Amino acid sequence: MIEADGAGRTFRVRGRVVHAVRDLSFRVAAGEFVACLGPNGAGKSTTIKMLTGILTPTSGRVRVAGLDPSRRRTALARRIGVVFGQRTTLWWDLPLRDSLELVRLLYKVDRKVFRERLDEMCDLLDLGGFLATPVRQLSLGQRMRGDIAAALLHDPVVLVLDEPTIGLDVVSKAEVRDFLRRRCAEHGTTVLLTTHDLGDVERLCRRVLLIDHGRLAFDGTVDELRATAPGRASIEDVVAELYLRSRTTPRTPPLPLPAPDGPSATA
Amino acid sequence: MTVIPGHGAAVSLYPRLAWYGFRRHATYWAAALAGAFTNTVFGVLRAYVLIALWQARPGLGGYDAADAVTFTFLTQAFIGPMQLFGGGLDLPERIRTGDVALDLVRPASLQLWCLSEDLGRAVYLFVVRGGPPTLVGALLFGIVAPHAPAAFFLSVALGVVVSFAWRYIVALATCWVMDDRGLAVLSMVLTTFFSGLMLPLTIFPGWFGDLSRALPWSAMAQVPADVYLGTADPARALGFQALWAAVLLALGALMTGAARRKVVIQGG
Repeated sequence: MIEADGAGRTFRVRGRVVHAVRDLSFRVAAGEFVACLGPNGAGKSTTIKMLTGILTPTSGRVRVAGLDPSRRRTALARRIGVVFGQRTTLWWDLPLRDSLELVRLLYKVDRKVFRERLDEMCDLLDLGGFLATPVRQLSLGQRMRGDIAAALLHDPVVLVLDEPTIGLDVVSKAEVRDFLRRRCAEHGTTVLLTTHDLGDVERLCRRVLLIDHGRLAFDGTVDELRATAPGRASIEDVVAELYLRSRTTPRTPPLPLPAPDGPSATA
Repeated sequence: MTVIPGHGAAVSLYPRLAWYGFRRHATYWAAALAGAFTNTVFGVLRAYVLIALWQARPGLGGYDAADAVTFTFLTQAFIGPMQLFGGGLDLPERIRTGDVALDLVRPASLQLWCLSEDLGRAVYLFVVRGGPPTLVGALLFGIVAPHAPAAFFLSVALGVVVSFAWRYIVALATCWVMDDRGLAVLSMVLTTFFSGLMLPLTIFPGWFGDLSRALPWSAMAQVPADVYLGTADPARALGFQALWAAVLLALGALMTGAARRKVVIQGG
């Protein structure tokens, strides 16, 4: 469902060529729930942008849902759902219901099918109580649930979640995770999740990709990840050790942190 | 299947976006009323300036004093809907913050999306910020009746489209200059002068007058005011506006493609 074959992406920053991602190869099968980990600036966002058609790889190739993301952007957009935890697709001044209704028109979802999906979302995400509330009055947890609903109402085959639990309290996190696990398993949705919250990984994912210095540093199950640092009690400690190990190896060439992230730097 | 960005979206999507644009701006009715108050007060000041001018030079630019006063309040009424001081679009902010990433993963045309929302905004501001100055002008000074009401409303609508098309170009230029403030100021100077908001463009003689009346900004205030006053042939005026709307929208569409390639391919 998701394929990367030697995918790389360079940026020119003040005349210097910076490799944000280099020679990345992995495959995600249909229905898998995969976490993509890595320290800040490792190339996670660049990877996600290549997979969603926002950035074109400068080397290698990627395919998502059978399409080349940058060439078939619009066709791909109909098949994938994207949640950027730090941003919102919802209309700030309008009731949540209106933003969700717009998804129906944007993705041409049949009215009856849409009704059923929305009922399911309301049920599982408990949206009913604030469908009529303007988005600016929602709590972060409510807003995030609204954003997740908006990304799923057209029933995408691939869901890309970029830090979907950032800033949420423990209860909201648990609700979001429970929903994602259940909904995506039932619909066979393929999910790629980036996060810094290892609770997300433990609760949701069997498989972990670790990107560091723009390369794939680890690809395996959560248990295999644990085994890389025996004696460490929690997965946080395991990942911290992996990140620290990579820090001691020299960075060639050094990565400027802002460049591979946010399009504010890339635009 | 060939994919043309934007052509895949449902036809009913764009009217809905216009409706949301209308309601979104209606949330800030207090700000709109404050704007209407300011536009009205400045309208009164401008009216006295133009009355003084037309008393000294009757018939200047083909207007009489009543036309000049009417011109003043009409152009004051256009400030909101035509965004003559700039702004009205979220795009520069979205480019700066990176929120534009969300716009780039939507299966819809970015330009049509923004246009639809902007038309909704303009309808709301036409009523809320256009009504009060016109009404106060009529009560205090008396303004002339519209010469061709239907053509006038059409001309206002085309003026909004030209205004949008221009502001969209300025907004997208943020992709190349990183900071849009300099461009915004330049656009404001050009728009406030060449729209006819400062002084009617009809009073400028020679090549400068001809040039100012041929530039796209005149489609945002001077032309609709002339259609109202009957000092311009409606068919010619609407044709002029439609031409600039088409040219600027086409330019905006080209820039959208270039901006997308810049972000997508160059990334920097």
